[in-house]
Amino acid sequence: MIHSLFLINCSGDIFLEKHWKSVVSQSVCDYFFEAQEKAADVENVPPVISTPHHYLISIYRDKLFFVSVIQTEVPPLFVIEFLHRVADTFQDYFGECSEAAIKDNVVIVYELLEEMLDNGFPLATESNILKELIKPPTILRSVVNSITGSSNVGDTLPTGQLSNIPWRRAGVKYTNNEAYFDVVEEIDAIIDKSGSTVFAEIQGVIDACIKLSGMPDLSLSFMNPRLLDDVSFHPCIRFKRWESERVLSFIPPDGNFRLISYRVSSQKYVDGSTRICHHISVCWVELTFPCFMLTVGYLNSSLLPLAMAHEETRKNCLVAIPVYVKHSISFKENSSCGRFDVTIGPKQNMGKTIEGVTVTVHMPKVVLNMNLTPTQGSYTFDPVTKVLTWDVGKITPQKLPSLKGLVNLQSGAPKPEENPSLNIQFKIQQLAISGLKVNRLDMYGEKYKPFKGVKYVTKAGKFQVRT
Amino acid sequence: MSSNSFAYNEQSGGGEATELGQEATSTISPSGAFGLFSSDLKKNEDLKQMLESNKDSAKLDAMKRIVGMIAKGKNASELFPAVVKNVASKNIEIKKLVYVYLVRYAEEQQDLALLSISTFQRALKDPNQLIRASALRVLSSIRVPIIVPIMMLAIKEAAADLSPYVRKNAAHAIQKLYSLDPEQKEMLIEVIEKLLKDKSILVAGSVVMAFEEVCPDRIDLIHKNYRKLCNLLVDVEEWGQVVIIHMLTRYARTQFVSPWREDDGLEDNEKSFYDSDDEQKEKTDKRKKPYTMDPDHRLLIRNTKPLLQSRNAAVVMAVAQLYWHISPKSEAGIISKSLVRLLRSNREVQYIVLQNIATMSIQRKGMFEPYLKSFYVRSTDPTMIKTLKLEILTNLANEANISTLLREFQTYVKSQDKQFAAATIQTIGRCATNISEVTDTCLSGLVCLLSNRDEIVVAESVVVIKKLLQMQPAQHGEIIKHMAKLLDSITVPVARASILWLIGENCERVPKIAPDVLRKMAKSFTSEDDLVKLQILNLGAKLYLTNSKQTKLLTQYILNLGKYDQNYDIRDRTRFIRQLIVPNEKSGALSKYAKKIFLAQKPAPLLESPFKDRDHFQLGTLSHTLNAKAAGYLELSNWPEVAPDPSVRNVEVIDLAKEWTPAGKAKNENPTKKFYSESEEEEDSSDSSSDSGSESGSESGEEDEEGDSSEDSSEDSSSEPESESGHQSDTENRRAAKRNSKTKGKGDSKDGKKENEKSKTSDSSNAESSSVEESSSDSESESESESESESRKVTKEKEKKAKQDRNRLATDASLLDLDDFNPVSTPVALPTPALSPSLIADLEGLNLSTSSSVISVSTPVFVPMKTHVLLHRMSGKGLAAHYSFPRQPCIFGDKMVSVQITLNNTTDKKIENIHIREKKLPIGMQMHVFNPIESLEPEGSITVSMGIDFCDSTQTASFQLCTKDDCFSVNIQPPVGELLLPVAMSEKDFKKEQEFHG
Repeated sequence: MIHSLFLINCSGDIFLEKHWKSVVSQSVCDYFFEAQEKAADVENVPPVISTPHHYLISIYRDKLFFVSVIQTEVPPLFVIEFLHRVADTFQDYFGECSEAAIKDNVVIVYELLEEMLDNGFPLATESNILKELIKPPTILRSVVNSITGSSNVGDTLPTGQLSNIPWRRAGVKYTNNEAYFDVVEEIDAIIDKSGSTVFAEIQGVIDACIKLSGMPDLSLSFMNPRLLDDVSFHPCIRFKRWESERVLSFIPPDGNFRLISYRVSSQKYVDGSTRICHHISVCWVELTFPCFMLTVGYLNSSLLPLAMAHEETRKNCLVAIPVYVKHSISFKENSSCGRFDVTIGPKQNMGKTIEGVTVTVHMPKVVLNMNLTPTQGSYTFDPVTKVLTWDVGKITPQKLPSLKGLVNLQSGAPKPEENPSLNIQFKIQQLAISGLKVNRLDMYGEKYKPFKGVKYVTKAGKFQVRT
Repeated sequence: MSSNSFAYNEQSGGGEATELGQEATSTISPSGAFGLFSSDLKKNEDLKQMLESNKDSAKLDAMKRIVGMIAKGKNASELFPAVVKNVASKNIEIKKLVYVYLVRYAEEQQDLALLSISTFQRALKDPNQLIRASALRVLSSIRVPIIVPIMMLAIKEAAADLSPYVRKNAAHAIQKLYSLDPEQKEMLIEVIEKLLKDKSILVAGSVVMAFEEVCPDRIDLIHKNYRKLCNLLVDVEEWGQVVIIHMLTRYARTQFVSPWREDDGLEDNEKSFYDSDDEQKEKTDKRKKPYTMDPDHRLLIRNTKPLLQSRNAAVVMAVAQLYWHISPKSEAGIISKSLVRLLRSNREVQYIVLQNIATMSIQRKGMFEPYLKSFYVRSTDPTMIKTLKLEILTNLANEANISTLLREFQTYVKSQDKQFAAATIQTIGRCATNISEVTDTCLSGLVCLLSNRDEIVVAESVVVIKKLLQMQPAQHGEIIKHMAKLLDSITVPVARASILWLIGENCERVPKIAPDVLRKMAKSFTSEDDLVKLQILNLGAKLYLTNSKQTKLLTQYILNLGKYDQNYDIRDRTRFIRQLIVPNEKSGALSKYAKKIFLAQKPAPLLESPFKDRDHFQLGTLSHTLNAKAAGYLELSNWPEVAPDPSVRNVEVIDLAKEWTPAGKAKNENPTKKFYSESEEEEDSSDSSSDSGSESGSESGEEDEEGDSSEDSSEDSSSEPESESGHQSDTENRRAAKRNSKTKGKGDSKDGKKENEKSKTSDSSNAESSSVEESSSDSESESESESESESRKVTKEKEKKAKQDRNRLATDASLLDLDDFNPVSTPVALPTPALSPSLIADLEGLNLSTSSSVISVSTPVFVPMKTHVLLHRMSGKGLAAHYSFPRQPCIFGDKMVSVQITLNNTTDKKIENIHIREKKLPIGMQMHVFNPIESLEPEGSITVSMGIDFCDSTQTASFQLCTKDDCFSVNIQPPVGELLLPVAMSEKDFKKEQEFHG
């Protein structure tokens, strides 16, 4: 399947290559460079490139390109998913997936790649198994190894490989037995110019950090499991139990891992029996139609879009939007300046503080500079990338933070067609915006009493306000 | 030198880094090639010395540096002799690095590589499975043709190894050997065949991979392993899942008949997916022969469903394509949710998934319509993602959502990403052509865009408007005038050319403007782009033909200009036009038709999705992404007209029975069972006459399906994960038993006779109830809850009945053959206390229908998967009990509500003598308890049914659930809804009843 792998940094150097079958010359990467040149920025390099003799499937991660060479038909997602798994493993082993880290640990990288693929087919990708085969580098271990001459490589087959629970290694021992769960929810939203929600949904994950001895069998239950719309599971979770009892029952891997990810979508009709809609949000019914609609021919059916708009807002009630933004950005015709005024305030925040607020704006190309005064926090404007970043910090309802001032435009250039959209980041501690609550965690199979903890946090995901 | 390297060793990691740093700089500066070369030589000398030293640490260090060189693509082949000596090193890390080196260079130094072979041969016999496996891995990775026989031998031995890990590596080695020497194919297929039989989840993925690479056409090897693969699938590692699912998709397309026919009525307007001719033919067949889904087909669809929840995008996509290609169209809808979920993933995954959704959304809009908003574009998306999303939005657009979409598009048009804005305009054009209601709206919207400041936007609008106007050329004089004015400002050649073409085509509608435009163009002719020049010539020609008085001179002027143009295309065109339109003595017969030639009606362009024709590639494949056949792409075959013999998938029974029987035998004989299984038959035959008349139309088909569904459910329940081994082995057991009895029954003529006597009458009566039941089991399958799967532990009787049904029908769908139907004498018959709800329904339904021919108790259309906790395992000292209402008529009495209780033993000891004691029931209430359960194995689970007469009230029934040592008080309170009996009646009867009750 996967023939070879090349790691390429941003400046186009191939700094690592690995072949699982016969050797493929580096020159195959020229096709990749060609495609990279064609695409204006790295984000637009096509993940799949066809060359006369090979196919190149690549991912872009942490400023590195992982380019794999394929010779025959293979599901592209298979390769993409695998490459990401490789990058995850590097991250896991070296703390970061960067060129420097990979170069520093090139031998371990090679050993890992050797174990992860055999003849191009994935062999061991579970981090728990890999760690038994090849021990991650630590300062202590490297000192010990240099004295005793022992090695980083395990000499027996990891027990997990053979069992039905390949994700867990045997003989785990901790003095303090702990199980922590982080419920992290991200709100993806597109907010309209007028402040109404065009699209909103919650993307949640439960990340676990489990340090438990032996073979614990955990079951995690929720107060309101029906909330979870669409869930994907770590392989350790027993699917049948979830289906029947809505309980997550699993023998956990050791260490950090993502237990589930889920989606709470607004695109579902309100169904009183199955969903507790415990937030009541202010809904705007959009009464104004864009000029587009009104110009011709909608006289007869104008009722229809109105009804639809109404229905949409009703559906959107399911996802609470914790902030609102008041904005007025305008560029004057025939003059080289414009006005910029953005205020941000809390809304439906369940009484929790909104912190870590950052506003990022990609200003139009004609903007030369910005002269702004924030009432709170600090801002930077990069005249090269035209990115305005306003680091707001915490929002206090008494005094709403705002950023006001003038925008200098390139003189003579036509004024920008569209106002830039605002990307907002924020964080709310101790709150899962969907209302998801962990009920209890039970452990079976082991005698000791573990220390248990659950943390909730809500963040902005792809949160965009159109202006 | 060596002390220096020692210093490196002491520093370990840090030393390594600086070393690498040095090498990095040397590769980057190729200018000093000569100096580099000499330093390389020296360095290699030093490495050789280290490798020859007798200290492991020095060797290890040297090997690490060599691997570093390999990683950077530097040539280290000259060290081969020094490295290969260390292949037998005791230090496992050195050994591994030597392996890395060997695999990289053995091909280049074949003779020397042979030195290492004996070491591997020895290692293949090592007691440590990891060493055996890695020896095989390296041995098979050395691409030296001489050792092919040795490899073959090693693979054969490893395939029989006790360790599944080694067997897995053997499966990998098969592919390697095959690519080295394709002549070994036959022998390798034998090994594959053997490994396919392997029951380890570790081996399954790898061997299927080998199968796909070596002999994908030998579909016959899969038959016997099909069910095993389906059942193992959930537990196989994720990469294996992807490969197996893809293989099974192909398999299903060759072995089962199309499930799509029955849906045709629903989606008639949609083009048939593969071959419309075929579909047509099949449709006609349909009337003759009703469709039955092969139970194995159903098994595959069922067992892959949980994998939609996988964290691995490739697995989700694989399942999605499986559903798309082989499931009934009505069931494919469930994949959309999971695919939409993948859109949160990184951009590469998004890209692939969006492409596949784009293809799907052309075929079946409805699937993704509820997720319309998930495809809304964010300004931060990369352009390639944006355009794909736009594509999908266009495909999804319909009368209902177009206004929302247009509003959304309006935002996109203003995007700073002009390439994307242009794509949006194209999209609007496509929406306008597809949805006639909004054509005018879109057109006027686009006209508004003509006054946009951005030239790209305006130009794109012009081009799109041109296409739109071409489709309805009438009444748009105003727009054309407006566009004519734009000629002064627009500079983009395509747009100018489009405007000119449009004016030329409609020159009779704008008689005043057209000549003027020509005049202007004549002035600027020389400075125009070639594309525009051609259109000026065309415009001139058209005007000359329609309005020669005004434009004769102008046109001739333009033609003269064109005659001396630098571009030969334009000169050619000029010559051609002159000959055609300007009358002279030499002009041929064609000039008479000049007007017809130039002003003919031109067909409007078809604005189509670029993903329109992608569907002939299997979704999720590389070929689909590239829209071109990739090397090694395996076509999905069309569905066969007639299903090949399904019995090929039957597995020899004896093996299975042995393997599956050990658990779950500790159940009691249930006296009721015998009673019912006999009486059922009686009732079946006696009732038949009353029913068969009214129902005969649909019967024959449904009956068949009934058989299917029961078969399914037994298969299905066996797919439970290992953790619930209690259930699993239980059902497997039964299944095995069933098969066992089946083969036995084949020769059993006595039973056959018995069957024959009854068959005619009894099957038609079955049909009626089974048709209802089919629908109920369908709805159940959607929820696929545990309770359901438990209730689906279909009892012996039920299966037998299914078998009979099939028997009586033609042999085509018979997985199961003529069967022994004597419950007492069947040695493997496993008596089970829980009666299958559907069976009961069969009985009861028939029962009632004799007494009244109009109202019949039906099985509920929907049975909720909900189970209620009767006894929590914490309070029950490890005994957990859940109850659920199967909504089936109770077998213990007319007034009783049937309740199913599932008992789980979560302790690690046997729980003995589970029974019910001390019923504390309100007056009038009655309860029929289940028979005591002698013992419940650890991790075991058992489902029993009991009946409670709640006196049509929601009073609580309290009783004690006892084990040998303990008693636990529990109670059941029924919701009102569970007290009702589902009844089916015709509309007429309903009205009659209504009248009767006032």
